[in-house]
Amino acid sequence: MDDVERAFREAHGQAVATLTRLFGDISLAEDAVQDAFVTAVQRWPRDGVPDNPPGWIVTTARNRAVDVVRRGRRGRELAEQVALDRRQDSSSEDAELMRDDQLRLIFTCCHPAIRTEHQVALTLRLIAGLTPAEVASAFLVSEETMAKRLVRAKYKIKSARIPYRVPDEAELPGRLRAVLSVLYLIYNAGADDIRNRRGLCAEAIRLARVLVKLMPDEPEAPGLLALMLLNEARMPARGGGDDVVLLKYQDRSLWNRSLIAEGHQLVLACLRSRRPGPFQLQAAIQGIHCAAPHYGDTDWPTIVRFYDRLLAVMPTPVIALNRAVALAEIRGPATGLTMLDEIAGELPEYHLLHASRGSMLERLGRREEAADAYATAAELARTQPEIQFLRRRSEALEREV
Amino acid sequence: MSHYLLSVYETENQVEGAPSTPDDMQAFLRRVIALEEEMDKAGAFVFGGALHGLDAATVVRGGTGLDKVTTDGPFAEGKEHIGGFYIIDAEDLDEALEWAKKVVEAINHAIEVRPFRATGRLQDGH
Repeated sequence: MDDVERAFREAHGQAVATLTRLFGDISLAEDAVQDAFVTAVQRWPRDGVPDNPPGWIVTTARNRAVDVVRRGRRGRELAEQVALDRRQDSSSEDAELMRDDQLRLIFTCCHPAIRTEHQVALTLRLIAGLTPAEVASAFLVSEETMAKRLVRAKYKIKSARIPYRVPDEAELPGRLRAVLSVLYLIYNAGADDIRNRRGLCAEAIRLARVLVKLMPDEPEAPGLLALMLLNEARMPARGGGDDVVLLKYQDRSLWNRSLIAEGHQLVLACLRSRRPGPFQLQAAIQGIHCAAPHYGDTDWPTIVRFYDRLLAVMPTPVIALNRAVALAEIRGPATGLTMLDEIAGELPEYHLLHASRGSMLERLGRREEAADAYATAAELARTQPEIQFLRRRSEALEREV
Repeated sequence: MSHYLLSVYETENQVEGAPSTPDDMQAFLRRVIALEEEMDKAGAFVFGGALHGLDAATVVRGGTGLDKVTTDGPFAEGKEHIGGFYIIDAEDLDEALEWAKKVVEAINHAIEVRPFRATGRLQDGH
């Protein structure tokens, strides 16, 4: 990515957001910003990147949108009003207003009335400023399919009149959780497919940083950022996308210390606000893993305590599974297995349930059953490295039987 | 303001969660009456009603210049069909969803919210 592209991508969400407020139409805003990009590609390399790229893009895109609207039948009035209201340069646009624009757009893209995969697509396209082709490759679908999906999502916003606003205080926790979940989905899509979609991790982290800045009083936002950073820090020790390297066997000298330090700082700061939420607690757990110099030094009792608190705010079988695995480190594999069997009925299709059962059975010396559990897990796993890893475990155990 | 259709879907003429005892029925009616009053006061109530079952439905087919054929029964043979609806007036989807949640609370059943593309009589020039 060159300088123009990078500067443009960073200003994209802001520009689309402000244009959407001015013109009340996301598609018009998106097209005008795209046109401004074409102009930027021509001018910036020649004249240099402007001092205030978002201001330049908003001004250029606004002029462009005014032209487009003027050509429309009933647009003249609106165009003149916008031109009149905003005669001054955009760099003097109220900073707070522009900040709210970005939040409004984020909450609109992640509105619960929009299906999750469309929320993710809209967020990547409009907020993160990926091209439709890039969004398509992030989803591993054709550009045509993605274009249709984006059109449908924008049609829903417009036709159902999904409001362009920040939710009020009563709704905010639930709505913010939806936004954070979208960012986390984007992060995990990249982390699960390091070979092809690694860039999504960086995009998710960038968007989380934007959100932390926009909502400094909401501890779940830095909680999510910390969770991503602490995962990201361990990425170099995870086998480069060809293999699975379990936490236990990771070369901890490969972990990124500065990301861990930043993650730890964020965890401590947000936990201090005493409004713990699912992302803060998950970040705290990852923080404890990252703090251990060796696997054997891991503070399992504290991790289990955090899982207890997490389970209280987010009682899902996946959290119960993770808690069982952590507890097995203290009380042994027999206890772990009993707990896993208790939740097995709720997660019959989840490969990590079977992989965890396999691990407990293996540690109990029940090799045949362990091999079966790993084989089931391999059948249910979705990524190639996981499938291979689980198959190998299963086959190795079968040979030993 | 925009119009939204809030439709209650029945499954084979049964609304899941519908009141089964006379006491339940009384409580159900009180909730619905109170909600409709609230909608009316807020200026959101446009129209509402409950429909007879599918056995009462008739389909008319044909087209411009074609003979019209009437057949007994519903248009779509399926387990689920609309049993009743409200048409409400709301500022945006969030406001419509607020009413939708209250309807769900009152009738104890899922509903579908759809925006109108156009309302009223079609005028020349549209």
